[in-house]
Amino acid sequence: MVAETVEPTTAAPYIAGDEAVLRVENLTKHFVKKRLGRPTTAVKAVSDVSFDLAPGETLGLVGESGCGKTTLSRLILRLIEPTSGRVIVEGKDVTRLSKRQLREFRQRVQVVFQDPYASLDPRQRVAASVAEPLTNSKLSSDEKLRIVHETLERMGLQRAQARLFPHQFSGGQRQRIGIARALSVTPKVLLLDEPVSALDVSIQAQVLKLLQELRDEYRLSYILISHDLSVVRHVSDRVMVMYLGRVVEMAPKEELYTAPRHPYTASLLSAAPVPDPDVERTRERIQLLGDPPNPASPPPGCAFHRRCFQAELVAQKLGDSEVTVLEDGRRVPRTCAEKQPVLVTQDATKHWSACHFPLSREAVATVTA
Amino acid sequence: MTVNSDRSDVVLDIERLRTRIETPRGVVHPVNDVSLQCRRGRTLAVVGESGSGKSMTFMSVLGLLPAGGTIESGTVRYQDREIDPTDKKAARQLRGKAIGIIFQDALAGLNPSFTVGQQIADVVRHHEGVSRAKAKEKAIETLGLVGIPNPRERADYYPHQLSGGMRQRVMIAMGVALRPQVLVADEPTTALDVTVQAQIMELLDGLRRELGMSLVIITHDLGVVARYAEEVAVMYGGRVVEHGEARQVLKNTVHPYTEALLRSSPRPDADVGELSPIPGQPPNLLAVPSGCSFHPRCHRANGRPECSRDIPLLRSLSPESQLTACHHAEEMALQKVSK
Repeated sequence: MVAETVEPTTAAPYIAGDEAVLRVENLTKHFVKKRLGRPTTAVKAVSDVSFDLAPGETLGLVGESGCGKTTLSRLILRLIEPTSGRVIVEGKDVTRLSKRQLREFRQRVQVVFQDPYASLDPRQRVAASVAEPLTNSKLSSDEKLRIVHETLERMGLQRAQARLFPHQFSGGQRQRIGIARALSVTPKVLLLDEPVSALDVSIQAQVLKLLQELRDEYRLSYILISHDLSVVRHVSDRVMVMYLGRVVEMAPKEELYTAPRHPYTASLLSAAPVPDPDVERTRERIQLLGDPPNPASPPPGCAFHRRCFQAELVAQKLGDSEVTVLEDGRRVPRTCAEKQPVLVTQDATKHWSACHFPLSREAVATVTA
Repeated sequence: MTVNSDRSDVVLDIERLRTRIETPRGVVHPVNDVSLQCRRGRTLAVVGESGSGKSMTFMSVLGLLPAGGTIESGTVRYQDREIDPTDKKAARQLRGKAIGIIFQDALAGLNPSFTVGQQIADVVRHHEGVSRAKAKEKAIETLGLVGIPNPRERADYYPHQLSGGMRQRVMIAMGVALRPQVLVADEPTTALDVTVQAQIMELLDGLRRELGMSLVIITHDLGVVARYAEEVAVMYGGRVVEHGEARQVLKNTVHPYTEALLRSSPRPDADVGELSPIPGQPPNLLAVPSGCSFHPRCHRANGRPECSRDIPLLRSLSPESQLTACHHAEEMALQKVSK
């Protein structure tokens, strides 16, 4: 198979224009594996990802493990350097910042991690942890303490608890401390990396509600990374679906959940169990075959074609010359097996998808009903 | 008190089990007066948060309690024979052969330095005393049973050569290698992606049907309960607080905790509007609240004296098959009807 080169997309799913608090342009990260000092294979962790974030918006990011969610978030925080592409925060290109300027940027984009047990220093009092992002500010220690107290109180904790150590708190409280730490420098963007996955169900709702209130109070924009489709639906305004390092679909929440165009999105939605026995036991499910492919050797063409139900359906109507037969005997359209689909919008809406044969509304109704 | 009085298909019968664990900070009772029945070919879901006792109930039965843990009272019957889980030899016999168990973390359950086929064969050899070759055959057969393609070849793989979903399948193969009557799956899908979750749950459900096992799913995911369980027991603070047919419990809840759980979780298929979080924390077992342990978080308790005074007993409400441990269950049921 001839390796094809894909031009970076020129059109991208931007919605905010100059207003954007964060804009990611054609961001790509390839990790090069070295054996005996020589580069051998490149893992394309993130390929040509573009999106922006409007003020006050929550963008949900979903995908299976290995899809590049974590690499993308580390690129946005500039914890690692991109292979190519840019990250622009409030009009400034942060991929070219000097160390000094980077400090300032770090105050604009903060992160809340998944595991509240691992993300706080066990030997540091809570006050010190929460004040840590303020280290480079020119505030006096009294002012810092005031900010710590106010932020903790807003999170529903008590002033006096600032003197305690992390082990003296429950998981939910620790997550509140993690959020307080991120907010102490009044950032613009909060990157929430699985913020409630480690919490008990009854505590999840408390933290989700708090996050929604804080977004309005602090005028924040969120990027929410989660594997829980219910949480993403509840919190997000727009949702971006990634598969093997690429964005395969992006749309306003309501659109994406009710009328997905990419078969992968439809498969994900269909796999999420619904807590209602009447709904759950009558609906048909799309069973995704196999595991996600290895990002070190992605299949040619559309990375999803070997697991795709839509490709099989489409191939039934095609002649032999237009069909490729896979190793397991399944037939898929030749285009899917050979040509990488580009992220496009069909009708100048905010709904973007990267599929050669996107699902129609009617088709979605038959596979998910 | 049982949900179903017909006992003919009960394989594992846990009656009024109470477990104690001595910790450096005091004695706790993670399982308190718990009765559950596992029936042939049926699926029971046990739902609860951390510290609810959902895992500890089955750890007690299997003799896998942490140091300092003992069974204080209650009986465990396996196929009408009373067993003593504190008897180490008896418990070892029971594990694997009678009751298979699958833990959450698939990588932690496998030894990285042996092939997966060998690890399954070891289980077979230990319990059935067959030859190495026979045990290996059984291992390969079981790998095929759990849907691993080319089982003969894959049996010689080491755990790190398999994907997360495949490793979870190997764990399931170890759980069913001896064709147990009961399979306990402790949070079998928690660390997995939704798509793999669905595959694993379909596999467990298929094995239950094929092998006629009783399946126990320990989970916090009410969606999994809705799809796969016939019967569900909701646990809180070491006790069963609601127990019944899954559809009844989810659609016609008669315990405020179950109701609150349902109201506090978002759904993938609909916009739920505002969430109503449950205030406070799950109970600390070292200081369980008096009376009903849920009362400090319960919107129905509202300062009513009986809630903080008397421990509510699990009792049946019509329909007969639904049990609840709430002083105000009748009131809840009536409100539902009038709505």
